[in-house]
Amino acid sequence: MIPLSWYLILSAALFSLGLFGVLARKNAVAILLGIELMLNAVNVNLVAFWRYGNLTSIAGQVFAIIVFAVSAAEVAVGLALVISVYRRRKTIVADEIDMLKW
Amino acid sequence: MTQADLYTLLPLIVLVIWACALLLVDLLIPRGRKGITAFLAALGLALTLGLTLAQVSAAGTAFQGMVVLDGFARFVNALLALTGLLGVGLAYGYVRRMGIERGEYYTLLLFSVAGMMLMAQAADLIVVFLALELLSIPLYILAAFARPKETSEEAGLKYFLLGAFATGFVVYGIALTFGATGTTSLSGIIAAASNGDAGLLLTIGAALILVGFGFKVAVVPFHMWTPDVYQGAPSAVTAFMAAGAKIAGFAALLRVFGLAFSSLSADLTAILWTLSALTMIVGNILAIAQTNIKRLLAYSSIAHAGYILMAFVPFGNAEVLPVSVAAGVFYLVAYTLTNFGAWAVVIALEKAEGRGLDLDDYAGLGRKYPALAAAMTVFMLSLTGVPPTLGLVGKFYLFRAVIAGGFYGLAVIGVLTSLISAYYYLRVVVIMYMREGEPERVSEPWLNLTWAASALAVVLISLVPAPLFAWASQAVFALF
Repeated sequence: MIPLSWYLILSAALFSLGLFGVLARKNAVAILLGIELMLNAVNVNLVAFWRYGNLTSIAGQVFAIIVFAVSAAEVAVGLALVISVYRRRKTIVADEIDMLKW
Repeated sequence: MTQADLYTLLPLIVLVIWACALLLVDLLIPRGRKGITAFLAALGLALTLGLTLAQVSAAGTAFQGMVVLDGFARFVNALLALTGLLGVGLAYGYVRRMGIERGEYYTLLLFSVAGMMLMAQAADLIVVFLALELLSIPLYILAAFARPKETSEEAGLKYFLLGAFATGFVVYGIALTFGATGTTSLSGIIAAASNGDAGLLLTIGAALILVGFGFKVAVVPFHMWTPDVYQGAPSAVTAFMAAGAKIAGFAALLRVFGLAFSSLSADLTAILWTLSALTMIVGNILAIAQTNIKRLLAYSSIAHAGYILMAFVPFGNAEVLPVSVAAGVFYLVAYTLTNFGAWAVVIALEKAEGRGLDLDDYAGLGRKYPALAAAMTVFMLSLTGVPPTLGLVGKFYLFRAVIAGGFYGLAVIGVLTSLISAYYYLRVVVIMYMREGEPERVSEPWLNLTWAASALAVVLISLVPAPLFAWASQAVFALF
Protein backbone atom coordinates (compact mmCIF):
# COMPACT_ATOMS: atom_id res chain seq x y z
CA MET A 1 0.00 0.00 0.00
CA ILE A 2 1.15 3.55 -0.71
CA PRO A 3 2.34 5.12 2.56
CA LEU A 4 0.25 7.85 4.21
CA SER A 5 3.02 10.41 3.87
CA TRP A 6 2.65 10.41 0.07
CA TYR A 7 -0.94 11.58 0.39
CA LEU A 8 0.05 14.22 2.92
CA ILE A 9 2.77 15.52 0.59
CA LEU A 10 0.30 15.61 -2.30
CA SER A 11 -2.15 17.49 -0.14
CA ALA A 12 0.46 19.96 1.11
CA ALA A 13 1.58 20.54 -2.50
CA LEU A 14 -2.01 21.18 -3.62
CA PHE A 15 -2.55 23.55 -0.69
CA SER A 16 0.63 25.47 -1.50
CA LEU A 17 -0.36 25.66 -5.17
CA GLY A 18 -3.72 27.13 -4.17
CA LEU A 19 -2.02 29.52 -1.77
CA PHE A 20 0.33 30.67 -4.53
CA GLY A 21 -2.65 31.16 -6.83
CA VAL A 22 -4.45 33.34 -4.29
CA LEU A 23 -1.41 35.48 -3.60
CA ALA A 24 0.00 35.78 -7.13
CA ARG A 25 -3.02 35.96 -9.44
CA LYS A 26 -4.83 39.22 -10.08
CA ASN A 27 -8.04 37.91 -11.60
CA ALA A 28 -10.82 37.41 -9.05
CA VAL A 29 -11.95 34.16 -10.68
CA ALA A 30 -8.38 32.81 -10.62
CA ILE A 31 -8.14 33.71 -6.92
CA LEU A 32 -11.38 31.79 -6.39
CA LEU A 33 -9.87 28.79 -8.18
CA GLY A 34 -6.88 28.97 -5.86
CA ILE A 35 -9.16 28.92 -2.82
CA GLU A 36 -10.99 25.88 -4.21
CA LEU A 37 -7.66 24.11 -4.66
CA MET A 38 -6.85 24.78 -0.99
CA LEU A 39 -10.18 23.30 0.09
CA ASN A 40 -9.68 20.22 -2.08
CA ALA A 41 -6.25 19.69 -0.53
CA VAL A 42 -8.10 19.48 2.77
CA ASN A 43 -10.40 16.80 1.36
CA VAL A 44 -7.43 14.67 0.25
CA ASN A 45 -6.03 15.00 3.76
CA LEU A 46 -9.28 14.10 5.47
CA VAL A 47 -9.93 10.99 3.40
CA ALA A 48 -6.31 9.82 3.68
CA PHE A 49 -6.30 10.28 7.46
CA TRP A 50 -9.57 8.35 7.67
CA ARG A 51 -8.29 5.49 5.48
CA TYR A 52 -5.09 5.07 7.49
CA GLY A 53 -6.70 5.68 10.86
CA ASN A 54 -9.76 4.35 12.59
CA LEU A 55 -11.91 2.87 9.81
CA THR A 56 -14.97 2.38 11.99
CA SER A 57 -15.36 6.10 12.62
CA ILE A 58 -16.70 7.84 9.52
CA ALA A 59 -15.92 11.37 10.75
CA GLY A 60 -13.27 11.89 8.06
CA GLN A 61 -15.54 10.95 5.17
CA VAL A 62 -18.48 12.92 6.51
CA PHE A 63 -16.29 15.95 7.05
CA ALA A 64 -15.01 15.76 3.46
CA ILE A 65 -18.60 15.74 2.16
CA ILE A 66 -19.47 18.70 4.39
CA VAL A 67 -16.43 20.60 3.15
CA PHE A 68 -17.33 20.32 -0.51
CA ALA A 69 -21.02 20.98 0.08
CA VAL A 70 -20.18 24.14 1.97
CA SER A 71 -17.55 25.25 -0.52
CA ALA A 72 -20.14 24.90 -3.30
CA ALA A 73 -22.43 27.25 -1.39
CA GLU A 74 -19.55 29.63 -0.88
CA VAL A 75 -18.65 29.66 -4.57
CA ALA A 76 -22.28 30.36 -5.52
CA VAL A 77 -22.15 33.54 -3.45
CA GLY A 78 -18.66 34.40 -4.63
CA LEU A 79 -19.44 34.12 -8.33
CA ALA A 80 -22.57 36.22 -7.83
CA LEU A 81 -20.41 38.93 -6.27
CA VAL A 82 -17.88 38.67 -9.12
CA ILE A 83 -20.62 38.99 -11.76
CA SER A 84 -22.16 41.91 -9.93
CA VAL A 85 -18.82 43.75 -9.91
CA TYR A 86 -18.13 42.83 -13.55
CA ARG A 87 -21.44 44.23 -14.80
CA ARG A 88 -20.62 47.66 -13.48
CA ARG A 89 -16.87 47.88 -14.02
CA LYS A 90 -16.28 45.53 -16.96
CA THR A 91 -13.28 44.15 -15.10
CA ILE A 92 -12.60 41.60 -12.40
CA VAL A 93 -8.89 42.26 -12.06
CA ALA A 94 -8.15 42.87 -8.39
CA ASP A 95 -5.77 45.78 -9.09
CA GLU A 96 -8.42 47.69 -10.98
CA ILE A 97 -11.05 47.23 -8.28
CA ASP A 98 -9.57 49.99 -6.19
CA MET A 99 -12.22 52.49 -5.14
CA LEU A 100 -11.19 51.66 -1.58
CA LYS A 101 -7.51 51.66 -0.72
CA TRP A 102 -6.29 48.12 -0.18
CA MET B 1 -32.62 12.80 18.33
CA THR B 2 -33.93 13.05 21.85
CA GLN B 3 -35.76 15.69 23.78
CA ALA B 4 -32.51 16.67 25.48
CA ASP B 5 -30.92 17.27 22.07
CA LEU B 6 -33.75 19.57 21.07
CA TYR B 7 -33.61 21.39 24.39
CA THR B 8 -29.91 22.06 23.99
CA LEU B 9 -30.32 23.76 20.63
CA LEU B 10 -33.83 25.15 21.15
CA PRO B 11 -33.08 28.89 20.74
CA LEU B 12 -31.01 28.16 17.63
CA ILE B 13 -33.66 25.86 16.09
CA VAL B 14 -36.37 28.45 16.71
CA LEU B 15 -34.20 31.16 15.15
CA VAL B 16 -33.45 29.13 12.00
CA ILE B 17 -37.11 28.13 11.51
CA TRP B 18 -38.11 31.75 12.10
CA ALA B 19 -35.62 32.92 9.47
CA CYS B 20 -36.86 30.36 6.90
CA ALA B 21 -40.48 31.34 7.57
CA LEU B 22 -39.59 35.01 7.34
CA LEU B 23 -38.11 34.39 3.89
CA LEU B 24 -41.54 33.18 2.73
CA VAL B 25 -43.59 35.77 4.63
CA ASP B 26 -41.45 38.51 3.16
CA LEU B 27 -42.77 37.61 -0.32
CA LEU B 28 -46.26 38.66 0.79
CA ILE B 29 -45.14 42.01 2.16
CA PRO B 30 -45.34 44.71 -0.51
CA ARG B 31 -42.31 46.79 -1.47
CA GLY B 32 -42.01 49.93 0.60
CA ARG B 33 -43.49 48.27 3.66
CA LYS B 34 -40.50 46.11 4.49
CA GLY B 35 -40.47 47.68 7.94
CA ILE B 36 -42.88 44.86 8.84
CA THR B 37 -40.14 42.33 8.03
CA ALA B 38 -37.82 44.21 10.35
CA PHE B 39 -40.32 44.01 13.19
CA LEU B 40 -40.87 40.29 12.59
CA ALA B 41 -37.09 39.69 12.58
CA ALA B 42 -36.74 41.63 15.83
CA LEU B 43 -39.56 39.56 17.31
CA GLY B 44 -37.75 36.35 16.36
CA LEU B 45 -34.52 37.60 17.94
CA ALA B 46 -36.35 38.67 21.10
CA LEU B 47 -37.90 35.19 21.29
CA THR B 48 -34.45 33.64 20.87
CA LEU B 49 -33.05 35.89 23.59
CA GLY B 50 -35.89 34.89 25.93
CA LEU B 51 -35.40 31.17 25.25
CA THR B 52 -31.64 31.49 25.78
CA LEU B 53 -32.13 33.15 29.15
CA ALA B 54 -34.71 30.48 30.07
CA GLN B 55 -32.25 27.60 29.45
CA VAL B 56 -31.18 27.19 33.05
CA SER B 57 -30.83 23.43 33.44
CA ALA B 58 -27.49 21.71 33.93
CA ALA B 59 -24.75 21.82 31.31
CA GLY B 60 -24.42 18.94 28.86
CA THR B 61 -23.62 17.88 25.34
CA ALA B 62 -26.11 16.80 22.70
CA PHE B 63 -26.24 15.30 19.21
CA GLN B 64 -23.50 12.74 20.00
CA GLY B 65 -21.23 15.36 21.55
CA MET B 66 -21.45 17.74 18.58
CA VAL B 67 -22.86 20.71 20.50
CA VAL B 68 -22.76 21.71 24.12
CA LEU B 69 -24.92 23.87 26.35
CA ASP B 70 -23.10 25.43 29.28
CA GLY B 71 -22.90 28.75 31.04
CA PHE B 72 -20.40 30.06 28.53
CA ALA B 73 -22.67 29.25 25.57
CA ARG B 74 -25.67 30.80 27.33
CA PHE B 75 -23.80 34.01 28.11
CA VAL B 76 -22.42 34.39 24.59
CA ASN B 77 -25.73 33.42 22.95
CA ALA B 78 -27.60 36.05 24.96
CA LEU B 79 -25.01 38.63 23.90
CA LEU B 80 -25.35 37.52 20.25
CA ALA B 81 -29.15 37.75 20.29
CA LEU B 82 -28.77 41.27 21.70
CA THR B 83 -26.28 42.05 18.92
CA GLY B 84 -28.85 40.91 16.36
CA LEU B 85 -31.55 43.09 17.94
CA LEU B 86 -29.29 46.14 17.90
CA GLY B 87 -28.34 45.29 14.30
CA VAL B 88 -32.01 45.29 13.25
CA GLY B 89 -32.63 48.52 15.17
CA LEU B 90 -29.78 50.30 13.39
CA ALA B 91 -30.77 48.97 9.98
CA TYR B 92 -34.49 49.79 10.18
CA GLY B 93 -34.31 53.45 9.24
CA TYR B 94 -30.91 53.32 7.55
CA VAL B 95 -31.75 50.93 4.71
CA ARG B 96 -34.87 52.92 3.87
CA ARG B 97 -33.02 56.21 3.82
CA MET B 98 -30.25 54.76 1.63
CA GLY B 99 -32.73 53.21 -0.80
CA ILE B 100 -31.61 49.63 -0.17
CA GLU B 101 -34.65 48.43 1.74
CA ARG B 102 -35.14 44.77 0.83
CA GLY B 103 -36.60 42.08 3.04
CA GLU B 104 -33.64 39.74 2.53
CA TYR B 105 -31.53 42.02 4.71
CA TYR B 106 -33.25 40.86 7.87
CA THR B 107 -33.37 37.19 6.86
CA LEU B 108 -29.63 37.19 6.16
CA LEU B 109 -29.02 38.88 9.48
CA LEU B 110 -31.01 36.17 11.28
CA PHE B 111 -29.07 33.38 9.53
CA SER B 112 -25.80 35.05 10.42
CA VAL B 113 -26.82 35.30 14.09
CA ALA B 114 -27.76 31.59 13.94
CA GLY B 115 -24.25 30.78 12.71
CA MET B 116 -22.70 32.83 15.49
CA MET B 117 -24.81 31.08 18.13
CA LEU B 118 -23.90 27.66 16.74
CA MET B 119 -20.25 28.70 16.98
CA ALA B 120 -20.63 29.45 20.69
CA GLN B 121 -22.16 26.01 21.27
CA ALA B 122 -19.81 23.97 19.08
CA ALA B 123 -18.09 21.06 20.85
CA ASP B 124 -16.69 19.52 17.68
CA LEU B 125 -14.39 21.04 15.06
CA ILE B 126 -16.78 20.01 12.26
CA VAL B 127 -19.49 22.14 13.88
CA VAL B 128 -17.01 25.00 14.33
CA PHE B 129 -16.39 24.91 10.57
CA LEU B 130 -20.10 24.72 9.69
CA ALA B 131 -20.93 27.57 12.06
CA LEU B 132 -18.10 29.66 10.64
CA GLU B 133 -19.55 29.32 7.15
CA LEU B 134 -23.13 29.89 8.29
CA LEU B 135 -22.13 33.17 9.89
CA SER B 136 -19.77 34.29 7.10
CA ILE B 137 -21.74 33.66 3.91
CA PRO B 138 -24.67 35.93 4.88
CA LEU B 139 -22.13 38.59 5.94
CA TYR B 140 -20.47 38.51 2.49
CA ILE B 141 -23.86 39.23 0.93
CA LEU B 142 -24.75 41.90 3.51
CA ALA B 143 -21.45 43.70 2.89
CA ALA B 144 -22.39 44.01 -0.80
CA PHE B 145 -26.00 44.86 0.02
CA ALA B 146 -25.87 48.49 -1.17
CA ARG B 147 -25.56 47.15 -4.74
CA PRO B 148 -25.27 48.85 -7.25
CA LYS B 149 -23.06 51.15 -5.19
CA GLU B 150 -19.52 50.37 -6.31
CA THR B 151 -17.81 50.68 -2.94
CA SER B 152 -20.26 48.26 -1.36
CA GLU B 153 -19.85 45.68 -4.14
CA GLU B 154 -16.12 46.00 -3.83
CA ALA B 155 -16.28 45.56 -0.05
CA GLY B 156 -18.40 42.43 -0.50
CA LEU B 157 -15.97 40.92 -3.03
CA LYS B 158 -12.92 41.68 -0.90
CA TYR B 159 -14.54 40.33 2.23
CA PHE B 160 -15.55 37.19 0.35
CA LEU B 161 -12.12 36.52 -1.16
CA LEU B 162 -10.21 37.01 2.08
CA GLY B 163 -12.89 35.26 4.15
CA ALA B 164 -12.86 32.18 1.91
CA PHE B 165 -9.05 32.25 1.95
CA ALA B 166 -9.14 32.24 5.76
CA THR B 167 -11.63 29.37 5.75
CA GLY B 168 -9.09 27.36 3.77
CA PHE B 169 -6.60 27.76 6.61
CA VAL B 170 -9.16 26.82 9.26
CA VAL B 171 -10.20 23.59 7.52
CA TYR B 172 -6.63 22.61 6.74
CA GLY B 173 -5.81 23.11 10.40
CA ILE B 174 -8.83 21.03 11.40
CA ALA B 175 -7.80 18.26 8.99
CA LEU B 176 -4.30 18.13 10.49
CA THR B 177 -5.77 18.08 13.99
CA PHE B 178 -8.00 15.21 12.89
CA GLY B 179 -4.97 13.38 11.53
CA ALA B 180 -2.95 13.94 14.68
CA THR B 181 -5.65 12.85 17.14
CA GLY B 182 -7.99 10.65 15.05
CA THR B 183 -11.01 12.65 16.17
CA THR B 184 -12.64 16.04 15.68
CA SER B 185 -14.45 16.31 19.01
CA LEU B 186 -12.89 18.66 21.53
CA SER B 187 -13.05 16.11 24.35
CA GLY B 188 -11.39 13.49 22.11
CA ILE B 189 -8.61 15.95 21.27
CA ILE B 190 -8.01 16.63 24.98
CA ALA B 191 -7.70 12.89 25.62
CA ALA B 192 -5.33 12.34 22.69
CA ALA B 193 -3.23 15.40 23.53
CA SER B 194 -2.83 14.38 27.16
CA ASN B 195 -1.45 11.01 26.05
CA GLY B 196 1.32 13.04 24.46
CA ASP B 197 1.17 11.14 21.17
CA ALA B 198 -0.16 14.03 19.10
CA GLY B 199 3.09 15.91 18.55
CA LEU B 200 4.05 18.35 15.85
CA LEU B 201 1.06 17.73 13.57
CA LEU B 202 -1.34 18.94 16.28
CA THR B 203 0.74 22.08 16.85
CA ILE B 204 0.72 22.92 13.14
CA GLY B 205 -3.03 22.26 13.02
CA ALA B 206 -3.68 24.57 15.96
CA ALA B 207 -1.47 27.27 14.44
CA LEU B 208 -3.37 27.09 11.11
CA ILE B 209 -6.71 27.35 12.92
CA LEU B 210 -5.34 30.40 14.73
CA VAL B 211 -4.33 32.00 11.40
CA GLY B 212 -7.80 31.41 9.92
CA PHE B 213 -9.60 32.87 12.92
CA GLY B 214 -7.04 35.67 13.01
CA PHE B 215 -8.39 36.77 9.61
CA LYS B 216 -11.98 36.56 10.84
CA VAL B 217 -11.49 38.66 13.95
CA ALA B 218 -8.97 41.01 12.26
CA VAL B 219 -5.73 40.37 14.12
CA VAL B 220 -2.50 41.94 12.77
CA PRO B 221 -0.92 40.77 10.39
CA PHE B 222 -4.19 39.39 8.98
CA HIS B 223 -6.11 42.68 9.18
CA MET B 224 -5.58 44.19 5.69
CA TRP B 225 -9.17 43.71 4.60
CA THR B 226 -10.78 45.34 7.63
CA PRO B 227 -10.63 49.09 6.85
CA ASP B 228 -11.74 48.59 3.22
CA VAL B 229 -14.63 46.31 4.08
CA TYR B 230 -15.77 48.39 7.05
CA GLN B 231 -15.67 51.55 4.93
CA GLY B 232 -17.36 50.11 1.86
CA ALA B 233 -20.11 48.09 3.52
CA PRO B 234 -23.34 49.85 4.54
CA SER B 235 -22.78 51.33 8.03
CA ALA B 236 -25.55 49.29 9.65
CA VAL B 237 -23.92 46.09 8.32
CA THR B 238 -20.49 47.21 9.51
CA ALA B 239 -21.78 47.78 13.04
CA PHE B 240 -23.31 44.31 13.13
CA MET B 241 -20.29 42.65 11.52
CA ALA B 242 -17.77 44.37 13.79
CA ALA B 243 -19.53 43.16 16.93
CA GLY B 244 -21.06 39.84 15.87
CA ALA B 245 -18.16 38.33 13.95
CA LYS B 246 -15.77 39.28 16.77
CA ILE B 247 -17.93 37.77 19.50
CA ALA B 248 -18.42 34.51 17.61
CA GLY B 249 -14.80 34.24 16.49
CA PHE B 250 -13.43 34.87 19.96
CA ALA B 251 -16.00 32.53 21.55
CA ALA B 252 -14.83 29.70 19.29
CA LEU B 253 -11.16 30.54 19.92
CA LEU B 254 -11.70 30.63 23.69
CA ARG B 255 -13.39 27.26 23.70
CA VAL B 256 -11.06 25.53 21.26
CA PHE B 257 -7.82 26.90 22.70
CA GLY B 258 -8.79 26.98 26.36
CA LEU B 259 -10.20 23.46 26.22
CA ALA B 260 -8.66 21.37 23.46
CA PHE B 261 -5.27 22.95 22.82
CA SER B 262 -4.29 23.88 26.38
CA SER B 263 -1.47 21.29 26.27
CA LEU B 264 0.15 23.25 23.43
CA SER B 265 0.66 26.40 25.46
CA ALA B 266 4.44 25.95 25.56
CA ASP B 267 4.57 26.43 21.78
CA LEU B 268 1.70 28.84 21.23
CA THR B 269 1.84 31.28 24.15
CA ALA B 270 4.73 33.24 22.62
CA ILE B 271 2.90 33.43 19.27
CA LEU B 272 -0.30 34.69 20.91
CA TRP B 273 1.69 37.19 22.97
CA THR B 274 3.29 38.59 19.80
CA LEU B 275 0.01 38.69 17.87
CA SER B 276 -1.74 40.50 20.70
CA ALA B 277 1.03 43.07 21.14
CA LEU B 278 1.37 43.65 17.36
CA THR B 279 -2.39 44.07 16.96
CA MET B 280 -2.63 46.66 19.72
CA ILE B 281 0.36 48.63 18.44
CA VAL B 282 -0.37 48.55 14.70
CA GLY B 283 -4.13 49.09 15.07
CA ASN B 284 -3.75 52.12 17.29
CA ILE B 285 -0.90 53.71 15.34
CA LEU B 286 -2.58 53.35 11.94
CA ALA B 287 -5.80 54.81 13.36
CA ILE B 288 -4.05 58.12 14.07
CA ALA B 289 -3.74 59.01 10.39
CA GLN B 290 -7.40 58.38 9.49
CA THR B 291 -9.72 61.22 8.50
CA ASN B 292 -12.76 59.10 7.65
CA ILE B 293 -14.78 58.07 10.69
CA LYS B 294 -15.57 54.61 9.28
CA ARG B 295 -11.91 53.85 8.68
CA LEU B 296 -11.04 55.24 12.09
CA LEU B 297 -13.52 52.90 13.75
CA ALA B 298 -12.21 50.03 11.61
CA TYR B 299 -8.66 50.50 12.90
CA SER B 300 -10.09 50.95 16.37
CA SER B 301 -11.80 47.56 16.03
CA ILE B 302 -8.47 46.00 15.02
CA ALA B 303 -6.85 47.49 18.12
CA HIS B 304 -9.65 46.11 20.28
CA ALA B 305 -9.16 42.65 18.79
CA GLY B 306 -5.64 42.94 20.22
CA TYR B 307 -6.96 43.77 23.68
CA ILE B 308 -9.40 40.84 23.63
CA LEU B 309 -6.60 38.58 22.40
CA MET B 310 -4.81 39.35 25.68
CA ALA B 311 -7.36 37.08 27.34
CA PHE B 312 -5.91 34.13 25.40
CA VAL B 313 -2.29 34.56 26.30
CA PRO B 314 -2.54 32.72 29.66
CA PHE B 315 -4.58 29.91 28.06
CA GLY B 316 -2.26 27.15 29.21
CA ASN B 317 -2.42 28.17 32.86
CA ALA B 318 -5.41 26.33 34.34
CA GLU B 319 -5.57 28.62 37.39
CA VAL B 320 -5.63 31.92 35.53
CA LEU B 321 -7.71 30.69 32.58
CA PRO B 322 -11.19 31.05 34.18
CA VAL B 323 -10.43 34.63 35.23
CA SER B 324 -8.97 35.59 31.89
CA VAL B 325 -11.84 34.01 29.94
CA ALA B 326 -14.31 35.88 32.15
CA ALA B 327 -12.40 39.10 31.49
CA GLY B 328 -12.45 38.32 27.75
CA VAL B 329 -16.23 37.87 27.52
CA PHE B 330 -16.79 40.87 29.79
CA TYR B 331 -14.69 42.95 27.41
CA LEU B 332 -16.78 41.63 24.50
CA VAL B 333 -19.92 42.98 26.21
CA ALA B 334 -18.25 46.35 26.76
CA TYR B 335 -17.02 46.44 23.17
CA THR B 336 -20.41 45.44 21.72
CA LEU B 337 -22.33 48.18 23.55
CA THR B 338 -19.74 50.87 22.79
CA ASN B 339 -19.37 49.77 19.18
CA PHE B 340 -23.10 49.84 18.43
CA GLY B 341 -23.43 53.22 20.10
CA ALA B 342 -20.59 54.75 18.11
CA TRP B 343 -21.90 53.34 14.82
CA ALA B 344 -25.40 54.63 15.64
CA VAL B 345 -23.96 58.14 15.91
CA VAL B 346 -22.11 57.62 12.61
CA ILE B 347 -25.36 56.51 10.97
CA ALA B 348 -27.23 59.50 12.39
CA LEU B 349 -24.80 61.83 10.62
CA GLU B 350 -24.32 59.85 7.39
CA LYS B 351 -25.80 61.24 4.19
CA ALA B 352 -26.48 59.51 0.89
CA GLU B 353 -23.53 58.93 -1.48
CA GLY B 354 -21.15 58.38 1.43
CA ARG B 355 -21.05 62.02 2.54
CA GLY B 356 -21.03 63.11 6.17
CA LEU B 357 -18.36 60.58 7.09
CA ASP B 358 -15.32 62.83 7.42
CA LEU B 359 -14.16 63.88 10.84
CA ASP B 360 -14.68 67.50 9.76
CA ASP B 361 -18.40 66.79 9.35
CA TYR B 362 -18.57 66.41 13.14
CA ALA B 363 -17.56 70.03 13.72
CA GLY B 364 -20.14 71.97 15.68
CA LEU B 365 -22.02 68.89 16.84
CA GLY B 366 -21.57 69.83 20.50
CA ARG B 367 -23.35 73.14 20.02
CA LYS B 368 -26.13 72.01 17.72
CA TYR B 369 -27.03 68.57 19.14
CA PRO B 370 -25.68 68.41 22.71
CA ALA B 371 -27.23 65.01 23.52
CA LEU B 372 -25.82 63.29 20.43
CA ALA B 373 -22.39 64.83 21.01
CA ALA B 374 -22.45 63.79 24.66
CA ALA B 375 -23.27 60.21 23.66
CA MET B 376 -20.44 60.17 21.11
CA THR B 377 -18.10 61.52 23.79
CA VAL B 378 -19.08 58.65 26.08
CA PHE B 379 -18.35 56.10 23.33
CA MET B 380 -14.99 57.66 22.48
CA LEU B 381 -14.01 57.69 26.17
CA SER B 382 -15.13 54.09 26.52
CA LEU B 383 -13.06 53.01 23.52
CA THR B 384 -10.07 54.82 25.02
CA GLY B 385 -10.69 53.36 28.47
CA VAL B 386 -11.34 56.49 30.54
CA PRO B 387 -13.72 56.58 33.54
CA PRO B 388 -16.67 56.49 34.01
CA THR B 389 -17.18 54.07 31.14
CA LEU B 390 -17.45 50.34 30.57
CA GLY B 391 -14.32 50.36 28.41
CA LEU B 392 -12.18 51.19 31.43
CA VAL B 393 -13.72 48.43 33.56
CA GLY B 394 -13.22 45.90 30.75
CA LYS B 395 -9.59 46.88 30.32
CA PHE B 396 -9.04 46.76 34.07
CA TYR B 397 -10.26 43.15 34.27
CA LEU B 398 -8.21 42.19 31.21
CA PHE B 399 -4.99 43.72 32.50
CA ARG B 400 -5.57 42.14 35.91
CA ALA B 401 -5.97 38.69 34.32
CA VAL B 402 -2.85 39.12 32.18
CA ILE B 403 -0.81 40.27 35.20
CA ALA B 404 -2.11 37.29 37.21
CA GLY B 405 -0.72 35.12 34.42
CA GLY B 406 2.66 36.81 34.83
CA PHE B 407 2.71 38.67 31.50
CA TYR B 408 3.69 42.11 32.78
CA GLY B 409 5.16 43.25 29.47
CA LEU B 410 1.86 42.72 27.67
CA ALA B 411 -0.03 44.73 30.29
CA VAL B 412 2.45 47.59 29.88
CA ILE B 413 1.99 47.52 26.09
CA GLY B 414 -1.78 47.53 26.64
CA VAL B 415 -1.62 50.64 28.82
CA LEU B 416 0.81 52.46 26.49
CA THR B 417 -1.28 51.76 23.38
CA SER B 418 -4.39 52.96 25.23
CA LEU B 419 -2.56 56.24 25.78
CA ILE B 420 -1.79 56.44 22.05
CA SER B 421 -5.43 55.73 21.26
CA ALA B 422 -6.51 58.68 23.42
CA TYR B 423 -4.99 60.95 20.78
CA TYR B 424 -7.35 59.99 17.95
CA TYR B 425 -10.44 59.29 20.03
CA LEU B 426 -10.20 62.62 21.81
CA ARG B 427 -9.58 64.36 18.49
CA VAL B 428 -13.17 63.43 17.56
CA VAL B 429 -14.36 64.99 20.83
CA VAL B 430 -12.29 68.12 20.25
CA ILE B 431 -13.69 68.52 16.73
CA MET B 432 -17.25 68.14 18.02
CA TYR B 433 -16.92 70.78 20.72
CA MET B 434 -14.15 73.18 19.69
CA ARG B 435 -14.82 73.72 15.99
CA GLU B 436 -17.60 75.64 14.29
CA GLY B 437 -19.80 73.81 11.84
CA GLU B 438 -23.34 73.08 10.73
CA PRO B 439 -23.87 69.31 10.94
CA GLU B 440 -27.21 67.83 9.91
CA ARG B 441 -28.38 64.76 11.75
CA VAL B 442 -31.14 62.26 11.06
CA SER B 443 -33.58 61.55 13.83
CA GLU B 444 -35.26 58.14 13.79
CA PRO B 445 -36.84 56.60 16.87
CA TRP B 446 -34.97 53.26 16.78
CA LEU B 447 -31.66 54.89 15.96
CA ASN B 448 -32.05 57.41 18.78
CA LEU B 449 -32.99 54.60 21.13
CA THR B 450 -29.86 52.66 20.15
CA TRP B 451 -27.35 55.41 20.85
CA ALA B 452 -29.13 56.74 23.92
CA ALA B 453 -29.57 53.30 25.50
CA SER B 454 -26.00 52.26 24.66
CA ALA B 455 -24.58 55.45 26.18
CA LEU B 456 -26.63 54.98 29.34
CA ALA B 457 -25.64 51.31 29.60
CA VAL B 458 -21.96 52.08 29.06
CA VAL B 459 -21.96 54.62 31.90
CA LEU B 460 -24.36 52.90 34.32
CA ILE B 461 -22.89 49.40 34.12
CA SER B 462 -19.43 50.87 34.65
CA LEU B 463 -20.59 52.22 38.02
CA VAL B 464 -21.72 48.76 39.21
CA PRO B 465 -19.82 46.26 37.05
CA ALA B 466 -19.63 43.52 39.71
CA PRO B 467 -22.95 41.74 38.94
CA LEU B 468 -22.17 41.50 35.22
CA PHE B 469 -18.64 40.30 35.90
CA ALA B 470 -19.99 37.75 38.40
CA TRP B 471 -22.35 36.49 35.70
CA ALA B 472 -19.49 36.29 33.20
CA SER B 473 -17.32 34.39 35.72
CA GLN B 474 -20.11 31.92 36.50
CA ALA B 475 -20.77 31.48 32.83
CA VAL B 476 -17.17 30.67 32.20
CA PHE B 477 -16.56 28.23 35.02
CA ALA B 478 -19.09 25.85 33.53
CA LEU B 479 -16.83 25.58 30.50
CA PHE B 480 -14.28 23.53 32.34
